[in-house]
Amino acid sequence: MGDVWVYIEHREGITSPLSFELLGIGKKLAQERGGKVCAFVIGENIDSIVKDAFAYGAEKVYSVTDPTFKTFRSDLFSKAACGLVEKYGPDVILFRSTTQGTDLSSSMAGKLNVGLCADAINIYHENNVLKMVRAAFGGRFNVTVANERAVPKLVTVRPKAFEMPEKKEGQEGELVKETISVPESDALTKILDFVKSAVTVNLVEADIIVSGGRGVGKPEGFALLKELADLVGGAVGASRAAVDSGWIPYEHQVGQTGKTVKPKLYIACGISGAIQHLAGMRTSDCIVAINKDPDAPIFKIATFGIVGDLYQVIPKLIEKFKAKLGK
Amino acid sequence: MKVAVCIKQVPDTEAEIKWDTQKGVLKRDSIDPITNPFDEFAVEEALLTKEKYDCEVYAISMGPERAQDVLRNALALGVNGVYHIMDESLSGSDTFGTAYALAAAIKKIGDVDIVLMGRQSTDGNTGVVPGELAAILGYTPLTYVAKIREIDFQGKKIVVERAIEGGFEVVEGKLPAVVSVIKGINEPRLPNLMGIRKAAKMEIPKWTCDDLGIEKNKVGLSASATKVVEISVPPPKSQGEILKGELDEIAEALASKLLDLKIIK
Repeated sequence: MGDVWVYIEHREGITSPLSFELLGIGKKLAQERGGKVCAFVIGENIDSIVKDAFAYGAEKVYSVTDPTFKTFRSDLFSKAACGLVEKYGPDVILFRSTTQGTDLSSSMAGKLNVGLCADAINIYHENNVLKMVRAAFGGRFNVTVANERAVPKLVTVRPKAFEMPEKKEGQEGELVKETISVPESDALTKILDFVKSAVTVNLVEADIIVSGGRGVGKPEGFALLKELADLVGGAVGASRAAVDSGWIPYEHQVGQTGKTVKPKLYIACGISGAIQHLAGMRTSDCIVAINKDPDAPIFKIATFGIVGDLYQVIPKLIEKFKAKLGK
Repeated sequence: MKVAVCIKQVPDTEAEIKWDTQKGVLKRDSIDPITNPFDEFAVEEALLTKEKYDCEVYAISMGPERAQDVLRNALALGVNGVYHIMDESLSGSDTFGTAYALAAAIKKIGDVDIVLMGRQSTDGNTGVVPGELAAILGYTPLTYVAKIREIDFQGKKIVVERAIEGGFEVVEGKLPAVVSVIKGINEPRLPNLMGIRKAAKMEIPKWTCDDLGIEKNKVGLSASATKVVEISVPPPKSQGEILKGELDEIAEALASKLLDLKIIK
């Protein structure tokens, strides 16, 4: 009892280090209740994922392998996951609030008849009650949610809300292999194709985002932002105004009707900082604002601000970075 | 051939927000309400489906008395009918309670092939109701849909494109299905004057828990496993620094400060 499970997401066996990020907070929560932090992995070829889960600190790993679990499908994965849960009875299950984490957790919540706390930015036990903090109304309020009685307690967590756990190669633990197979004829879905996006960097996973708004003024301006982003190893984001103007595709949009991001560094160029935009990025660790208007609301949340024309500031900044980084 | 579309009335993000701190729920009557922006895409997709496949479209909303406004708007846009789920005992429902009540309404409409909804609401921001609803109903979950390629109502099949991390997944799903849509799937239309006039006079049917056969111990504030226990304003970010001086100096200073953070490698 008191075990905390972490769902390890992957795409056909491919993970990123962030797939394992919740093992850190999972361990802390498990210790608070005298339980173990356990990972669960569902897939076809997942041996290396299991190994990595131990390396990132899982004390126990539950694995389910079957050819039908090659690609994530929430209808099938939730059947396997619910089977595991019913057999082993974890207390808390953590998922990342990505599309996969949200799909799996919501399907499980519906099947298991329990509630779910979504997109938590902090989680802790207080007097043995699980409490989760989430941002509401564009981050203007923090709402603390308590879950006293659901079994298990499902929580999705905003990517990058917690420190990455340390990876210790060769660390081992207990592996529980479970055989759960679902006949393909029971599947509600069939994956026909996967079209890789032209956007090479995933905004939600990016540590650095260079983002442009109305002040960019034209589609070509995003080439300049991309140059800066490439130089510092970041991704390009955009405000709704820039997307609605047709300067850049929707998949770059950050904000209430776009993506919620939490990079270590967010460089906002020509973005005034409407509440809808702030909703998607205000929890970034360091925010740089470059804007002509000294009264732009973005400066209120910025760590560093430059009042000026982005078309003068960014080329200069690129020049300085090139010199300092020796590129 | 029936499509149901779930719409939620949400407070305008720009509006001042008031909380009932005792109950830990929103004081919804104090806020200018709008249709959840993501649901506008769902309504438009339902109307496009109606035009293409000649099916019937019904809109459902759960919420207090004034939530009928979003349904009246849907009527003005041209849906065949609307249902307003309204019952005091539903107030304060968490996502599971909400999905459970919506599922009961969809069953009551009967023979629904596709349930359309926005990917999430802009007030709760959880995005989990579509998945929960599909699981409760036993329907196929198809979330984050950026395009509906094809619907085969007779063959009970649908093909969609889902926008997930790293690209688009093309999925064929069995009907019935719950389809949650993202921004950009279409351009929502505005109601015309005739539609508005017609809708203004129409009766909005109301469904209570009893009408829907909802077990009251499964919904509402007291039944919800997750409860809001505290609402606070996040601590303000420490005062930022506006860099001043000549452009060259400022750029130099900023580049150094950012490199000092050891984020850029």
